[in-house]
Order: sequence, then C-alpha cells, then structure tokens
Amino acid sequence: MKQKLVVIGAGMASGRVLEQLTEAAPDAFDITLFNAEPRGNYNRIMLSPVLSGEKTYADIVTHDADWYAARGVKTVLGQAVTRIDRAAKTVTSAGVETPYDQLVIATGSAPFIIPVPGHKLAGVVTYRDLEDTNAMIAAAKPGAKAVVIGGGLLGLEAAAGMQLRGMEVVVIHLMGHLMERQLDPAAGYLLQKSLEQRGMKIHCKGATKAILGKDRVEAVLLEDGTVYDADIVCMAVGIRPEVRLANDAHLDVGRGITVNDAMQTSDPAIWAVGECVEHNKQLFGLVAPLYDQAKVLAQALLGQEAAFRPVQTATKLKVTGCDLFSAGDFADGPGREDIVFRDPARGVYKRLVIEGDALVGAVMYGDTADGNWFFGLIKDATDITPMRDTLIFGPAYQGGATADPMAAVAALPPSAEICGCNGVCKGKIVDAILGGANTLDLVRATTKASSSCGTCTGLVEQVMAVTLGDSFTANANPAMCKCTDHTHEDVRRLIKSVGLKSIPAVMQELGWRSVGGCASCRPALNYYLIADWPTEYRDDRQSRFVNERNHANIQKDGTYSVVPRMWGGVTTPAELRAIADAADKYDVPMVKVTGGQRIDLLGVKKADLPAMWADLNAAGMVSGHAYSKGLRTVKTCVGSEFCRFGTQDSTGLGIKLEKLLWGSWTPAKVKLGVSGCPRNCAEATCKDIGVICVDSGFEISVAGAAGMDVRETEPLCKAATEAEAMEIIAAFVQLYRENSRYLHRIYKWVAKVGLAWCQEQIADLATRRALYDRFMLSQSVYQVDPWAELTKPDQLAQWAPMADLSLEAAE
Amino acid sequence: MSWVDIGALADIPPQGARVVKTAAGCVAVFRTADDQVFAMDDRCPHKGGPLSEGIVHGASVTCPLHAWVFSLETGMAQGADSGQVATYPARIEGGRILLDATRLARRVAA
Ligand code: SRM
Ligand SMILES: Cc1cc2nc3c(=O)[nH]c(=O)nc-3n(C[C@H](O)[C@H](O)[C@H](O)COP(=O)(O)OP(=O)(O)OC[C@H]3O[C@@H](n4cnc5c(N)ncnc54)[C@H](O)[C@@H]3O)c2cc1C
Ligand code: SF4
Ligand code: FES
Repeated sequence: MKQKLVVIGAGMASGRVLEQLTEAAPDAFDITLFNAEPRGNYNRIMLSPVLSGEKTYADIVTHDADWYAARGVKTVLGQAVTRIDRAAKTVTSAGVETPYDQLVIATGSAPFIIPVPGHKLAGVVTYRDLEDTNAMIAAAKPGAKAVVIGGGLLGLEAAAGMQLRGMEVVVIHLMGHLMERQLDPAAGYLLQKSLEQRGMKIHCKGATKAILGKDRVEAVLLEDGTVYDADIVCMAVGIRPEVRLANDAHLDVGRGITVNDAMQTSDPAIWAVGECVEHNKQLFGLVAPLYDQAKVLAQALLGQEAAFRPVQTATKLKVTGCDLFSAGDFADGPGREDIVFRDPARGVYKRLVIEGDALVGAVMYGDTADGNWFFGLIKDATDITPMRDTLIFGPAYQGGATADPMAAVAALPPSAEICGCNGVCKGKIVDAILGGANTLDLVRATTKASSSCGTCTGLVEQVMAVTLGDSFTANANPAMCKCTDHTHEDVRRLIKSVGLKSIPAVMQELGWRSVGGCASCRPALNYYLIADWPTEYRDDRQSRFVNERNHANIQKDGTYSVVPRMWGGVTTPAELRAIADAADKYDVPMVKVTGGQRIDLLGVKKADLPAMWADLNAAGMVSGHAYSKGLRTVKTCVGSEFCRFGTQDSTGLGIKLEKLLWGSWTPAKVKLGVSGCPRNCAEATCKDIGVICVDSGFEISVAGAAGMDVRETEPLCKAATEAEAMEIIAAFVQLYRENSRYLHRIYKWVAKVGLAWCQEQIADLATRRALYDRFMLSQSVYQVDPWAELTKPDQLAQWAPMADLSLEAAE
Repeated sequence: MSWVDIGALADIPPQGARVVKTAAGCVAVFRTADDQVFAMDDRCPHKGGPLSEGIVHGASVTCPLHAWVFSLETGMAQGADSGQVATYPARIEGGRILLDATRLARRVAA
C-alpha cells in the first residue's frame, strides 16, 4: 500500500520537496497538496520583476496543472487547512477531513502588520503574494503616490517596482539606515544616495503614527508630524513564521515550528520545511537554505539518513542600479577586526570582517564583483593570513594598491567650490596651476583662493598636489583624528562643496579609515552638519559628549548639575522660590551662585533630572545650557536703568541678546557681557563678545577670554542702535559657526582668520544680512528648550535604569 | 549559565547604553551601530566614571570623565592607558536582551 502524504502549503520549499520526492521515488506516496493561495507553486522571489513589469505571472509559474497531473499529485488550491488532528491523523480543510500517514507543514511566513490606526483601510497591502503584487500594479497610474513602510530588502523591492511603473514613491524606515540587517551604516548611506538620485524619497528614523483616509488610504502620518500623501501603502516591516496550525495541534513551537536535523517536528509523523521552521534556534528567510532543507526532507521521507546543516547565506538586492552585497556576519564581536576600503570617486565601499585567520563577513557597495570570491572564503573558512594585506582588493589584485588620501579631492568636479570667501571653484584653481601658478602664493595671487580667511589652504594645496603630482609637497597640517588624513578645515569645506549631509556620508566620501569614527571626530562632524544644514540634517545625540546628550553637566561622582537660564542675570522672587523648592524636593547637596550670574544646583541624580526640569519649566524657566558648546551666559550690569553712570540699558540689551542667541550650537562655548559704560562692571572685555555702551551707541568687541588664556577683546565695530548691535552680533556668531573648527573658542578662530577679515564681512551690509538670515533660519530649528523636549512622556524611560536586578542578584 | 531578560534591544539607542541596577552597583549595557550588545561594570577603573555615558564607537566606549577608551569586548583599556573593566556575557534573542545571571551573581559574591 502506498503511504498517504499530505502537504500543507504550495510554496517554494514544499515545491522543491515534491520535485525531489517524485523524481527519486515516483510511486512511494499518494500525495495531496493544499494551498491557501488559489494557485500552485510559483517563484515567489520573482514577484519583484512582475511588479516592475519586466515579467508576467505566467513567466514565474514553477509547477502548473500539467506538472502536478503528470506526477499524480492531487491539488486542493485556494483552500487553507484549518486543523490538524494528530490522534486521528487527518487534516481538515473546508469541512472535509483528509487522512495522512505522513504530514508536511510548509506554510511559510505571514507578513507583520503594525497595528497603527488605519491599518485596515482599503489600499493598505503587504508584499508577500500575487494578490499584493496585483494590488500595487492596479494602483500604479503615472503620478500616483505610493508609501512603503519598511526599508528592508522587501520594502525596497516594492518601492523600486512601483517607481518603475511611474509612481512617486516614499520609503519610511524606522532605523537610521536602510537594510540595517544586511548593511552597515556606510553601505546603507550609499544605497540611500543612489535611490534618492533616482527620485525616490527616503525617510529614515521615521515612525508611522497612523494611516489616514476615509474609505481608503489617503496619507501616512509620522510621529514627527510629517504627512505623505498616498494612493497605496505597502507595509513591508517584517515577517513571522506561520505557525498557527502547529500551535493548535500542540506541536513544539518556538518562534517557528521546532524541527530536528531531519526536519521532523515533535510528532514523528509530522515534518516541517521552509520559513515556518526553527532549527537550532535559527529561522530562515532566504531560499538557499530552504532548498537544502527540502533535499533533506525528501530523503528523510524516503527513510534515508540526512541531516540539515545551515550554511552561510549571501544577500544581493535585485533592485537594478544598486550594486550591493553582504554575506556572513559583519557585526563587531570579540577578537574581530575590520578592513575598510572606500573609493569616494567611484562610490565604492568595502568592509571585510576578520576573526582569527578567517574572513567571517563582508559588506560591499558599488563594486561587488569580488562578492562570490569573498563568500567562498567565508564558507570555506580559508586561512587568509598570507593575503591579508591585499585581501580587500580581491582575487585579481593581489599586488597591492593602497587607499589614496587625496582621492576625495581628486574626485571633486571642477565646479566644486574650494574657497568659500572668494567663490573660487576647483576648475579655476586647476587652470591657474596648469597656467604656471606652481606655488601657493601664485595660486592666491591668480585666483584669490585661500587669500582671505585661509581655512581652505589645506584643500588648495591638495588640489595642487593632485594636479602637479610628486613635484608638489603641501604643508603638513595635523589631521582631524586618527580616522582620517583630512584637517578640520578640509572637512568643513568638503562638507559644503560636496554637499555631504550625514555622518556616514562624510565618512564615505572623505575616505574615513575607521568604521564608525571615534569619540573625537563624531561630535565634530555632528556639529559641522548641524551648522551647515540646519533644516536637513538631524542631530545625532549618540555623537554628543555626555553633557550635551543629557543636557546637564556630569560631575566627578556621576551626578549632574542643573542651571536654569536667568536672562541677563536678572531673576524674580517667584523663580528663586521655584529653585529653592526644587533644591529641597530633590535633596540638592549644593546651591551655588555661578561666575555667570545665575544659580547652579549641583549633585542631582540622573533619574531626578526630568522631574526637576519639569518643575522648573512649570515656573517658566528653561535650560541654561551651562554644559553646551553653545551660548552660555550674557552677563550684564545694571546700566542706565539704575546706575548713575549708565549710558544705555545694558541689562535690557543683555536680555535681548540672550533671547536672540540661546539654543544655538557653536564650535565652542560662547559668552557675552554687556556693560553700561566703560567702567565695565560686566567684565565685557574678557568675553567672547563684549558690548560697552557709550552715549553715542554700542562698542562691540570680540575674541576675549578669561579661562586658560586671558585676553582682552579687540574692537569689531560700533553700532548706533540696539537693533543694529543685535544684527551685528548674530551675524558675527554665524560667521564663527560657519567657519571655525570644532572646539576653537572665538579668540582662537579670530587669530587664524584675522580680525580684519571678520570686520570686512560684517561691514558689508549684504553679507551681514545674509549671515543674520542664516542664523535665524538655524534658530527656527534649534532654539528649543531641551528640558521641555526631554520631559515628554515618550522620553522619560531613558533616564532610569532599564532593569533592576538588585534583588535577584543578591540571592 | 542562566539568562535573564533585562529589556528590549529597542530600549537602547544604537551607539548608546543603558544601565541595569544590581546589588553590587550598576552594569552598563551597550548597543553598537550594528546591533551587538555588550555588558560591563558601569565604573571606570580610572576614577569611577560612568562608562554608560560615554560615546560608543565601533566596539569601544570612551569614558565621559577623562576620555580613557575601553574595548567593549574585553573590557581592556586601549592605547597608553592600562586597566580592565569586568565584562559579562550578553546576547540578543528575539529582540530581547539577555544577561548571564550566574555571572552577575558571582560578581556580587566577589
Ligand atoms: C559653574 C561654574 C563655576 C562657578 O561655580 O561659578 C563653572 C563650572 C565649570 N566650568 Fe567654567 N564655570 C563657570 C564659569 C566660568 C568662567 C567665568 C565666566 O563665565 O564669566 C570662565 C572664564 C571665562 C571664559 O570662559 O573665558 C570659565 C572657564 C572655564 C574653562 C576654560 C575655557 C577656556 O576656553 O579656556 C573650562 C574648560 C573648558 O570649557 O574646556 C570650564 C569648564 C567648566 C566645567 C564645565 C568643567 C567640566 O567640563 O565639567 C565646570 C562644570 C562644573 C559643574 O559640574 O557644574 N570653565 N568658567 C561657572 C558657570 C557659569 C555659568 O553660569 O554658566
Ligand atoms: C517579493 C519577495 C521577494 C523575495 N526575494 C527573495 C530573494 O531575492 N532571494 C531569496 O532567497 N528569497 C527571497 N524571498 C523570500 C522567499 O520567497 C521565501 O523565503 C520563500 O518563498 C519561502 O518559502 P516557503 O515555502 O517556506 O513559503 P512560501 O513560499 O511563502 O509558501 C507558503 C505557502 O503556504 C500557503 N499556506 C500558508 N498557510 C496555509 C494553510 N493553513 N493551508 C494551506 N496553505 C497555506 C501560503 O499561501 C503559501 O503559498 C522573497 C520573498 C518575497 C515575498
Ligand atoms: S575652575 Fe572650573 S573647571 Fe576648574 S575646578 Fe573650578 S569649576 Fe571645575
Ligand atoms: S574616570 Fe574614566 S577616564 Fe577618568
């Protein structure tokens, strides 16, 4: 008697089982195949070309009616199995019971749906089967808008397919970079750049709040308030094994249906294969390992010894024009080392992860020709010691090229602006050099490049080196940190001229040698990007030093100090009461008047910060930024309001200046003083910016210091009115924000660029106005009270320990 | 080993850290840019700085007080500085972070 074999699910895994089984032993089983989809087996991974219009459904069918008939497979299509009765050995579908001797569960996965409001509206689809694909095709009228939620492999294929059909596509991705499971941030950046160049809109760090629409979807709303119009929404946020039948039948189920090496479940008559299984705690989402499982299962069903051993898998994205490859395990781990290669000119990034003598992972973007060679080395655990130095150049290049530190400059187009002051682009400098200007002075004389503030000198020298070759040796300036050869000044200029708008973008395009930077370059890059792209870049909190991340000064014992703003050093009884109450309520060990005319609450526990901030907020106070590379204090004296010598309202101007400037991030801290007369009781002449009021107006001086260096300010210019003084000071702060290297106080920066250059910029009314406008644009984003932001309900958890094991661990 | 669930991976920002309270002081749990987790004492061997507040780069952290750098994998101080922070086994399963309770308990006894 033939054994009765029932198979649940006609997917890619069970299809392969049937092929193997009917070929090896055509007469061994009476086979019945159930499938929930109203069709037999097709090549699911080819749904992407169907979506994009490159193929039709007919092209991707693997098993048609004739195929099943020829092998005597009875098919029940469009009908889900709803129950397995293990005692009676039957399955139930549409009320009919079918007996089995052996049962194979191959139910695949179910797409995960985020249960946001509106997720059930018409027009919200997932991406799993032909129905989903056809729904997206139907929506694809030219100019129609699609939103894809999820920037993983599937989401990007859905997005690319719909875009090829003429739709406008936005991809919303929760994480910081695309395909974070397969790619590291650098490769994710390159992928995003290439998709954006092709007109796709990518919104990373985007959390979906709701899907909007009356009868069908109209738009998607994100937590940050962004709204994207949508005619169709595709949710591709992940899958989970389809285990409902197995659960109901009380088989062992972890995340998937648990199987042994022979693909057998906890019931010896029931087997499972494909995405629905869990083997040695591992799940599988790509077809290569599923085909291995299928082979093992076919053998096991025929009573042969076989064991499934998962092998490494590699990922390639099928989206055309995006050349990426990832294989193995590329996470940092004990004893692992990286080899990184970046070629900014060609947009190439390669990273190899080595453990001991073997290659364990590889991520590549832009040039993946060597992918399979690396994959082979990973799979075979080849000893790579002999070729380690040249490994990254691939099999063909075992001779040894080295990364070129000048590649970034060599790659710049002629139109890239090198000298910001005089608007000189690379092409003009190259022309001058080719025309005989072979020294820096000659280049300065012919092009004016590097002849003003001088911060672009390093870059001009690199252009000369690239153009003149070995005959030119540039002055060696110290590199920003050990991750790069570029100086701070070069990096700042290149961020602007190349238009780099994220930390991974800078690291890739400027050839960073480390994977994710270091504690020295990351805060600097974060500042440069905030200063240059205030509306486009988003602050990276994890690249900030603890004080700026927690918006409080860390103390030697790990507690913090809290300093509310006291505008211009002026306070009220109500504010003082609120401060006193907070000091009592949170057991503050010390309350101190600072050298900056305000009050410091020292020794506050981290977990108390948000509650204390909320109390101070409620009394109308905001953060004093006593911890920031930003505006600190504006010290004032009593001025004409009370003092018999006062010439102007220095207190009032100080308050106005503090209200104008607070919240802005600057290369290093910025302190102001406003004194009502030359007696200078506010010590304005040793501040970064000082104002001395006189009868005829306001004398503005800059570049003072009273810390490790003590300096008197130097006169910048004079203003006749308060309004003029404020515009000049904001413009000057912006000039500093745009040009100084990170951590240089104003006095150090002015010493580099020259006071005369600063005076010229401020004296030119158009330049001053433009600086002022750019400052105000940045303030429109960054002048927010961090206390109010960080005490919102969704921010509270981060201030407390994530778990408390003090009781358990003591046992 | 006995693994104890201390929370979701998503509770820690990439390149960030959170602490877990134990009877013998806090343990810092770090998450790297590529979603590895590491656990070590939240006390710098130099002057006790809270390592959980440092900047995480690659698989290293820079102490927030005086910028010593430690490997998250071994707890060893990097570069010219010397010293070591005790580390504890940590792993991720199904989006949850697990720490080895046995090792944490032994730490209390020590
Ligand atoms: C609280 C305060 C001292 C006080 O009790 O008065 C103070 C406290 C600190 N100062 Fe200061 N400075 C304070 C006024 C000053 C002044 C006086 C002033 O502002 O008029 C100066 C000299 C003026 C100047 O800046 O040029 C000053 C020059 C410094 C310096 C040297 C900066 C320099 O460029 O040379 C540092 C070190 C640094 O920033 O790298 C510093 C750094 C520090 C730090 C933040 C050290 C740190 O990184 O942890 C101290 C934080 C203590 C804490 O835990 O809260 N502090 N510090 C003052 C806060 C003023 C405020 O209300 O915000
Ligand atoms: C658009 C897309 C692109 C992909 N691209 C790639 C790629 O490039 N490379 C790669 O390796 N992988 C790719 N994959 C993944 C790959 O398709 C899956 O890993 C593979 O199809 C899983 O095979 P399976 O047999 O386990 O499940 P499936 O192929 O999903 O088959 C399961 C079948 O079982 C049916 N079923 C479920 N429950 C029941 C029930 N109770 N009764 C009856 N029938 C039921 C389902 O309807 C389904 O037809 C892609 C997937 C998609 C959706
Ligand atoms: S002078 Fe400033 S930095 Fe030095 S101990 Fe006093 S507060 Fe701290
Ligand atoms: S306490 Fe960590 S470096 Fe000093």
